[in-house]
Amino acid sequence: MSDLDIIVLGGGLVGSAIGYGLQRRSLKIAVLDEGDVALRASRGNFGLVWVQSKGQGFPPYADWARHSADVWPGFAAELEERTGHKIDYSKRGGFSLCMSEKEFDDRALMIKRMHNQQGPKGYDVVMMDRAEVQRMMPAIGPEVVGGSYCPHDGHVSPLRLLRALHAALGDAYHNEHRVSAIRTRQGGFEVVAGEDTFAAGRIVLAAGLGNLALAQMLGAELPIRPQRGQILVTERLPAFLDYPMNGVRQTAEGSVMLGSSREEVGFDNGTKPDVLSTIARNAVRAFPILARARIVRAWGALRVLAPDEHPIYQSLPGHDGAVVATCHSGVSLAGAHALDFAGYLAEGKLPDRFAAFHSRRFDVQATA
Amino acid sequence: MTETVDLAVIGAGPAGMAAATLAAEHGLDVVVYDDNAEPGGQIYRAVETVARDRAKDFAFLGESYRAGAELTRAFRASRARYEPGTTVWLVQKDRTIGISRDGKARMVAAKRILIATGALERPVPIPGWTLPGVMSVGAAQSVLKSAALAPKQPVVLAGKGPLLFLVAAQYVAAGVKIAAILETGARKWDALPHLWQAWSKTNYIGKGLELIRAIERAGVTVVRNAVSDLKAIGRERVEAVTFSADGSPGRIETALLLLHEGVISNVQLTMAIPVKHAWNATQRCWQPVLDARGNTDVDGIAVAGDSGGIAGAEAAAHMGRIAALDALRAFGRIDGPTFAAMIVVEEVAQKRLLAARPFLDALYPPPDTAAAIADDTIVCRCEEVTAGDIRKAVDLGCTGPNQTKSFTRAGMGPCQGRMCGLTVAEIIAAKLNRPMEEIGYYRIRPPIKPLTVGELAALE
Amino acid sequence: MFRRLHDNAATVTITIDGVTTKAAVGESVAAALLASGDPRCRQTPVSGAPRAPYCLMGVCFDCLMEIDGEASRQACMVTVREGMAVKRSPRPAPMTP
Ligand SMILES: Cc1cc2nc3c(=O)[nH]c(=O)nc-3n(C[C@H](O)[C@H](O)[C@H](O)COP(=O)(O)OP(=O)(O)OC[C@H]3O[C@@H](n4cnc5c(N)ncnc54)[C@H](O)[C@@H]3O)c2cc1C
Ligand code: FES
Repeated sequence: MSDLDIIVLGGGLVGSAIGYGLQRRSLKIAVLDEGDVALRASRGNFGLVWVQSKGQGFPPYADWARHSADVWPGFAAELEERTGHKIDYSKRGGFSLCMSEKEFDDRALMIKRMHNQQGPKGYDVVMMDRAEVQRMMPAIGPEVVGGSYCPHDGHVSPLRLLRALHAALGDAYHNEHRVSAIRTRQGGFEVVAGEDTFAAGRIVLAAGLGNLALAQMLGAELPIRPQRGQILVTERLPAFLDYPMNGVRQTAEGSVMLGSSREEVGFDNGTKPDVLSTIARNAVRAFPILARARIVRAWGALRVLAPDEHPIYQSLPGHDGAVVATCHSGVSLAGAHALDFAGYLAEGKLPDRFAAFHSRRFDVQATA
Repeated sequence: MTETVDLAVIGAGPAGMAAATLAAEHGLDVVVYDDNAEPGGQIYRAVETVARDRAKDFAFLGESYRAGAELTRAFRASRARYEPGTTVWLVQKDRTIGISRDGKARMVAAKRILIATGALERPVPIPGWTLPGVMSVGAAQSVLKSAALAPKQPVVLAGKGPLLFLVAAQYVAAGVKIAAILETGARKWDALPHLWQAWSKTNYIGKGLELIRAIERAGVTVVRNAVSDLKAIGRERVEAVTFSADGSPGRIETALLLLHEGVISNVQLTMAIPVKHAWNATQRCWQPVLDARGNTDVDGIAVAGDSGGIAGAEAAAHMGRIAALDALRAFGRIDGPTFAAMIVVEEVAQKRLLAARPFLDALYPPPDTAAAIADDTIVCRCEEVTAGDIRKAVDLGCTGPNQTKSFTRAGMGPCQGRMCGLTVAEIIAAKLNRPMEEIGYYRIRPPIKPLTVGELAALE
Repeated sequence: MFRRLHDNAATVTITIDGVTTKAAVGESVAAALLASGDPRCRQTPVSGAPRAPYCLMGVCFDCLMEIDGEASRQACMVTVREGMAVKRSPRPAPMTP
């Protein structure tokens, strides 16, 4: 096989978005992915394209998440146009509901801090009282005291997004190609995956939790860990909810997703009835009519988290050509990954401001 | 406090009832959960009601059905607690069970669990099978038993397998008009070597031939030359069925088309736990891997009856008792010699019944026709996903049913993949030219039956 | 589509979409629906196509109906009761994009 420009290791939302972005810049690439059953956050996530809570105390991430939300409409339109696959993206803004005065005050304080942090860049999140929230979402329950609303938030079908990205990648997407070895060689890398070996000048590690093992193949340790989120989905219901929020969103099909827990349980992606019950309870408090809806599916999926929960983008020590892209919000960041991050890779250099995303930041914290 | 029990039996068919009756007789605290209103499972559905209110219906329902009344009576008389109308939606490896009854969910901790959830009919995706007026043969039999409902106009039965002929014979005996029986696939003469074995050890074959003779005597048209290309035709409901037989087309007007291609193990619960499963290439379905006493690879969880492998009702009862004996032994309720004496009786009977199985499996080989399903035929009834949609997803790189599920929504509806799982995997296997073992199955997760959000929220 | 082989069974009265129907004691709502002459129980959420009960053993979920105010119940798994109100399920209102 002739040499490729870049090999993307991982065909979830992060790898596929980056691969798509590289391909639309006419680079010769391959995206390597595992088979039918894998730890795949891309298939188990909630589908929010989210801004409002991202990057507290860490402006580079707040900026990056906001930038991605800004480019998402164009990215979505282009992807649908190129592939003919609809992805059900909608950007009407999103909520975070507060179920007590205390929650409301805490949220208001957090929002105020974010306003100060983001300053003139415009954070645009507003607190709304119960009456205002109810005007926009008449189905809220009596316990809802208010919430925050962010006009930049949106949601998408993560599965349709993944399908469209794979459709766009075409033959560059290689399923059942789990990477088993990475070798360095003159001017680049050789990657052994499935029965094949791929060679390229550069590689991108975008395999979610799989990045732990991939980085080790090049002698590096990444500070990431799994965190489980369980999600419930109801049968398709008549439309009743125009806005998504953390924990409840009605999809384009009409089914309602409820979630998601945050559990430190290692690599166990199972479900637990007590956790599902808590999720159900919270959902019914927010929207009482959900009590009568039937749950048709539930699952657990593993988030990919750095200690501060922000992304890690960097080259691996001693391997300038091996770039790591690891983040929790692969849906939210898909726009920026495809349109911007792929551009940086094509040009061969991450911008200086991306130094903030290096995992070095954890060493600094440790010594400070 | 979570309720606890020695042995929880899931399913009140022959396997579950036989197991529970025996275990309770020897002093175990046994509870039986079943989602139906009456005991009996699929085969002995409503047998109590028929015995009590409509005993003359036994005349057409047949002797082997009546036999269920005795099993059911013994079960009712036993000290096993029976919870009808109860759905099991969760079984965990630690043997906690999630149940739902009358709109209330609760958890039970069992020391041992016996899963006896029976069989499902193999899905038969043909064009038009979602039209009102197309049903499964098993469905028609279910209302014949439980409600004495029979087709108003002449009915068409299409497919293959013992159940199809049994129902046809029951219709004939009840005076119901059959427009035609369309037998798909050729009866396989490879079955002959198994015939002697089956003949000598069971009366299955004799019974089968008797049924077929009775149907023929009644003058029913049986089209048996490898019927293919079945289509249900109609706009709002079925109006006709078309097919080809020996290469020439046929068409029969009918308001009711009944389909059947044999039965497969109901593995929804065992897959959700999950216990280890293997592909059974002869019966063409997934089955839990069991030892001789029905134990799975998960400690304290066993399977009996058709949910562990298709063997029929009588064998299911023996398998249930074998599993019960194993449980009694484990609880120290019977001593070694008693155990040995009792189990040998069950095992001998079990072996005799299983002798017929190779013959039936070979006579009615399950269809492997996935490649022939037309692109515009619906395979996932819930989400209305077609065979072509699945094939397109494979073109996008999907190599397994979990990937096609996320790309097409096939398997995401309320039936949770029960009606499409096998077909979807077979379509993928055919297109990639790979064995089913490699293609795998949906990852099944609890709740395996839809609960309401409110019910789950109220769970303690 | 279906007829009752005998009419002497004890009956209860239920309504299907407001129309009064006799059903046999102990039978399922789906059986009563089949005996009523119009087997349709719902429209699919995806295309709005009409469906009728298919498997009658709790597997296919095609028989989902509103029973006594509770939506999406499996009509083949619910036993009829005197005065029961059964409704066919219409296609749910779609989301506006
Ligand atoms: C439609 C049909 C017709 C058949 N007809 C014949 C026939 O005429 N002759 C013959 O020899 N064989 C027939 N068979 C095969 C025969 O039914 C089986 O061999 C036999 O019933 C197996 O017994 P079992 O106890 O394993 O399962 P079953 O009899 O199926 O009993 C299982 C029970 O478990 C319940 N259940 C399942 N899941 C759950 C859950 N999650 N929670 C609570 N309850 C649950 C079911 O509702 C059912 O009542 C037929 C099979 C089918 C599917
Ligand atoms: S008819 Fe199939 S679930 Fe009721």
